[in-house]
Amino acid sequence: MEYAIDIASWLLLIAGGVFVFIGGVGALRMPDFYTRMHAASLTDTLGTILILLGIILQAGLSLAAIKLAAITVFLLLTCPTAAYALANAARLSGLTPERRVSDAEET
Amino acid sequence: MVTLFGVFLLTLLVITAFGIVRAQHLFVAVMLSGIFSLQMAAIFFILDAADVALTEAAVGAGVATVLMLGALALTDDRERGPKRHRWAPIVVVSLTTLMVIYATFDKPRLGDPEAPVHQHVAPWYLEETPRLIDIPNVVTAILASFRGYDTLGELFVIFTAGIGVLFLLANPSKRGALSLLPSAEAEGLRHHLVPRVVGRLLVPFIVLFGLYVQFHGEYGPGGGFQAGALISAGFILYALIEGEGAALRAMSFRLLRGMIAGGALLYVGVGLAGMLLGGNFLDYSVLADNPIAGQHLGIMLVEAGVGLTVTGTLLTVFHAFAAREQRR
Amino acid sequence: MEFLGLYNYWVFAILLMTGLYAVISRANLIKKLLGMTMFQAAVFLLYISMDKVDGGTAPIIQVGAVDQLYSNPLPQVLILTAIVVGIATLSLGLAIVVRISETYGTIEEGEIREIDEE
Repeated sequence: MEYAIDIASWLLLIAGGVFVFIGGVGALRMPDFYTRMHAASLTDTLGTILILLGIILQAGLSLAAIKLAAITVFLLLTCPTAAYALANAARLSGLTPERRVSDAEET
Repeated sequence: MVTLFGVFLLTLLVITAFGIVRAQHLFVAVMLSGIFSLQMAAIFFILDAADVALTEAAVGAGVATVLMLGALALTDDRERGPKRHRWAPIVVVSLTTLMVIYATFDKPRLGDPEAPVHQHVAPWYLEETPRLIDIPNVVTAILASFRGYDTLGELFVIFTAGIGVLFLLANPSKRGALSLLPSAEAEGLRHHLVPRVVGRLLVPFIVLFGLYVQFHGEYGPGGGFQAGALISAGFILYALIEGEGAALRAMSFRLLRGMIAGGALLYVGVGLAGMLLGGNFLDYSVLADNPIAGQHLGIMLVEAGVGLTVTGTLLTVFHAFAAREQRR
Repeated sequence: MEFLGLYNYWVFAILLMTGLYAVISRANLIKKLLGMTMFQAAVFLLYISMDKVDGGTAPIIQVGAVDQLYSNPLPQVLILTAIVVGIATLSLGLAIVVRISETYGTIEEGEIREIDEE
């Protein structure tokens, strides 16, 4: 039984790490501010949920697990809000998304 | 495994430091310094310093970044580069680095239990705290009771900084005015629903958590400084979302000044009460029936005083920077 | 093993000197203040690195645990004080920079000196 919980938490932690990595690569390689924000917000939501779930499974049923669940809820509230506020501030100060006109539309 | 993570974080710290020095745009440098403080907090936690990690995260990554952004809003955004490249600073700095690294070869390696720093006073504190003061958090016991006089001095340093900023940046005629920040960001934030709703949801919980940290400083990581920084961060968030006027209505300047002075008075009052009841200055053992209860009471009052002054000072400094905007 | 045991102190040396370099070679006043905070942070790293004990844990005495090694609480107390004093100094420094900027119109050291010498 403990083995099952251990393996589940390992899988969750690895999956969370993969998504954080993808978010990091995306934040570096995307061409524009808004697309980079979109990539970085991956880390906030999916990466956070998976990693914290993995740690909660390791903690078992204890006070630490309840505190971790509270942290998850808090992060789920604040990280998307911060991403929204950042994109909003960029829009308000005049940064517009890049537009690429494709060849099909030109003709 | 933890060592590897520590090494990784330290390397990242050095890279961030280089980034701060090289950034021409000061906004970038301030953001990088917030990241720097967060990495320092993580390193402190790996090195078993839980209280210090909490303080560094709350104060360094939170309040310091806000204060620097406030100052940047009032001055220039960009750094103009040096007119000619000078070699003397680089040479001096490199030579001193090599000397310091050479000096570190004499140090005992990280974590050595036989190091001289672990031999003399520290085991005494670890053994005597359960017997004399009976609270689990040894750091709070040393800070508030064994070395309470140093903490009193530090409280007065914060007090002096608050007064100094008030001297430098106060607008006597416009103090307490209810007009709002004229900058576009403040109005924009007020009219956008998402940060407003989430911010209003979070501010009570932030203040509640700050109070929890204040009163649980004896049982876990926490204490007056961290609590002061957290509560002032909650009110700064409120000020950023709702505007300067609403925040000043919530906590007026008179209340803040009363908090700054009241916290320091509380601390000194506890010390004097110890003298009036027959002990020495800042001797908590005489404050109640038996010495241990007296120590608990003394530590709680003293930490409350520290929390009051730190909250008052950080909020006053923030409002001083924000209110200066109205003069321009 | 020797390398890993001393790595903290080498990072301390590099951070210390980076902060000092920012103070002495950059003309912008806010950059100097940022360098000063980096300098202080390096000193915090030195002290907290000294407090770790192998196999120890944070110095919060757990009820009922026998034979538990605790890390040294004393440097943590000193650094707790130092962090708060650091931010007090930073806020005063930033207030002075704001006043300088309002009086001289600039925060670059060279230009301030030129305005003074006129």
